[in-house]
Amino acid sequence: MNQKTSAEQAAVEIQGSKKKLELPFRLEYDPHKKSSSWFVPLLSILIALFICAVFIAIDGMNPITVYGKMLQGAFGSAFGISETLVKATPLLLCGLGVAIAYRISIWNIGAEGQFLLGAIGATAITIYFPNLPGIVYIPLMVIVGIVAGAVWGLLTALPRTYYQVNELITSLMLNYIALLLLDYFVFGPWRDPEGFNFPGTPMFLPSQLLATIGDTRLHIGVLFAIIAVVLFAFLILKTRWGYELRVLGANPSAAKYAGIKINKHILLVMMISGGMAGLAGMIEVSGVAGRLMYGISPGYGYTAIIVAWLARLNPWAMIVSSIFIGGLIVGGYSVQTIGLPSSMSLMLQGAILFCLIGGEMLSKFRVKK
Amino acid sequence: MDVFILLLTAAISSGTPLLFAVLGGILSEKAGVIHLGTEGIMLIGAVMSCIVFIETESLFVTFIACLLASGFLGLIHAFLSISLGANQIVSGLAITLFGTGLSAYLGKSVAGIALPVSVPKVELSWLEFIPVIGKVFSNLDLFIWMSIVLTIVLYLYMYKTSWGLHLKAVGDSPSTTDVMGISVTGFRYFHVIVGSMLMGLSGFYLIMAYSPNWIEGMTAGRGWIAIALIIFARWNPIYALFCAYFFGGLDALGFRIQLFEIPVPSYFLKMIPYFATIVVLMFVGWKNRNKPPIEPKSLGVPYFREQRF
Repeated sequence: MNQKTSAEQAAVEIQGSKKKLELPFRLEYDPHKKSSSWFVPLLSILIALFICAVFIAIDGMNPITVYGKMLQGAFGSAFGISETLVKATPLLLCGLGVAIAYRISIWNIGAEGQFLLGAIGATAITIYFPNLPGIVYIPLMVIVGIVAGAVWGLLTALPRTYYQVNELITSLMLNYIALLLLDYFVFGPWRDPEGFNFPGTPMFLPSQLLATIGDTRLHIGVLFAIIAVVLFAFLILKTRWGYELRVLGANPSAAKYAGIKINKHILLVMMISGGMAGLAGMIEVSGVAGRLMYGISPGYGYTAIIVAWLARLNPWAMIVSSIFIGGLIVGGYSVQTIGLPSSMSLMLQGAILFCLIGGEMLSKFRVKK
Repeated sequence: MDVFILLLTAAISSGTPLLFAVLGGILSEKAGVIHLGTEGIMLIGAVMSCIVFIETESLFVTFIACLLASGFLGLIHAFLSISLGANQIVSGLAITLFGTGLSAYLGKSVAGIALPVSVPKVELSWLEFIPVIGKVFSNLDLFIWMSIVLTIVLYLYMYKTSWGLHLKAVGDSPSTTDVMGISVTGFRYFHVIVGSMLMGLSGFYLIMAYSPNWIEGMTAGRGWIAIALIIFARWNPIYALFCAYFFGGLDALGFRIQLFEIPVPSYFLKMIPYFATIVVLMFVGWKNRNKPPIEPKSLGVPYFREQRF
């Protein structure tokens, strides 16, 4: 009897709650709330690893083995660590480049193309000026690489400022054009005649290569990247110009009324952004590959977007995020030995980005009683 | 005349994947949600279709599986950008990265296998008495007709029904729509998911009819061209049809010029659609420089009821 009443009561309660669906708490969105700085990225990485583990498990592999293999490949040996740093260098430079554009809400996803143009430009010097004194090569290649990338960035910025063309689309179209341009050169006029049909230019002269550190493949390009971080941090966080960029990014119409010249800033920022990626391209051909070749970039320009977001556009944090993502790429290569494609790391990157923005937004909701 | 027929046929068949993707993008953007995941969803649609077709050899099951997979990715985008109010551009980029990676991962087992698929043709021999056009349209495959019918249906839906009006309202002024008693969230979810399904169909068409074997990254930027075409087509399905065929034609043209042995390296011919996209958008921007923007007015702006003003 007693039991029945309680069951009836429960039923009534359920019915009642169905009529007036009231949660004991309320979620409130607060766009200005700041989340704890390191907790959200870390948690989102863990959740992303879990999501991808599900896919790996469905595929019939043991996710722990796969992740262990990746970790081992990326950080498990001196060679692995130096490889990770080699990958982190272009990511850091491209990441800084896209981050500065994102600060004023310019969606540059053309770092890939700008990277390739930097690589092509630097290689052009070695092809067309083979007899310069050795000492001028590296500085010249650096300058040409930066300029080539900056010009490619400008090609995105000009339609944006003068014809209101969405920079996302332009920069992406330019990526595909740059990729085809690279293919044209390495399969066509610049192909090494003694290269056994390998789609690449002849190997660079020793004076055209960046010095390496010790016995590893780690090269002094890493120093360039560190200098870039310091410069970037100073420019963005300490100067009037950096402040103007912040105002522009936060509220374009306020910036307009404050007399900040938006178009000028966009052009300049896109040139800096492209120049950084171009420098990364130069470093990659001169420090790692030693020549321009087919598939020189495993998508550094796209991955840089995640490096930048993972660090929340903070230049110092980008050192950490680029090393992490660099490790992910190296780890991606090492799973090829157990028959998985290296694009696994791309899947992980996408999942991390999902969880990151999801987590960031979730942390802006407040629970209210 | 024969060349023209060939070119038109090629334009339609390479324009059809673009058309599906553009229609999907239009639906999502009309509801006020920027959707940059097109490329990733197309790839997932293609790889799912490839895998499921090899397993089942049934066009219908493949079709459904493709819709489910792409709809699921659309759901993720919808959740992030509508419920959480995340940055829609970053969310879309994440979908594209994830889709590219996952499709390469899933596709490794089916890469390079030629699909034993025969897409049913719709033969309309009574059309052949019309010169040129009749010849082209009398022998198209089922999915091309599906895309044409879909274009008309979407046009009627968007401009001639009350739901279409609501859709426009949700994209232009969600707070007003909310006051009218229409669920902004529900509308946005529905259109983002259905739009994503159409993007998935684009991948389905690409692999089932256009080039029936899986190659990693086989969409080659078509998803991004489709996003550009949304602007070009002014968010109108009928314009989208012509834009898609125009770009399909450019794509096909680059391919045909090679056959005439014109001494231009093929790499430069392949650049034509990408250059054309930039040039066309610059032209559109220049032409509309003094006009008010026609895009949905709250495109990219998340809506929260507590914050309405």
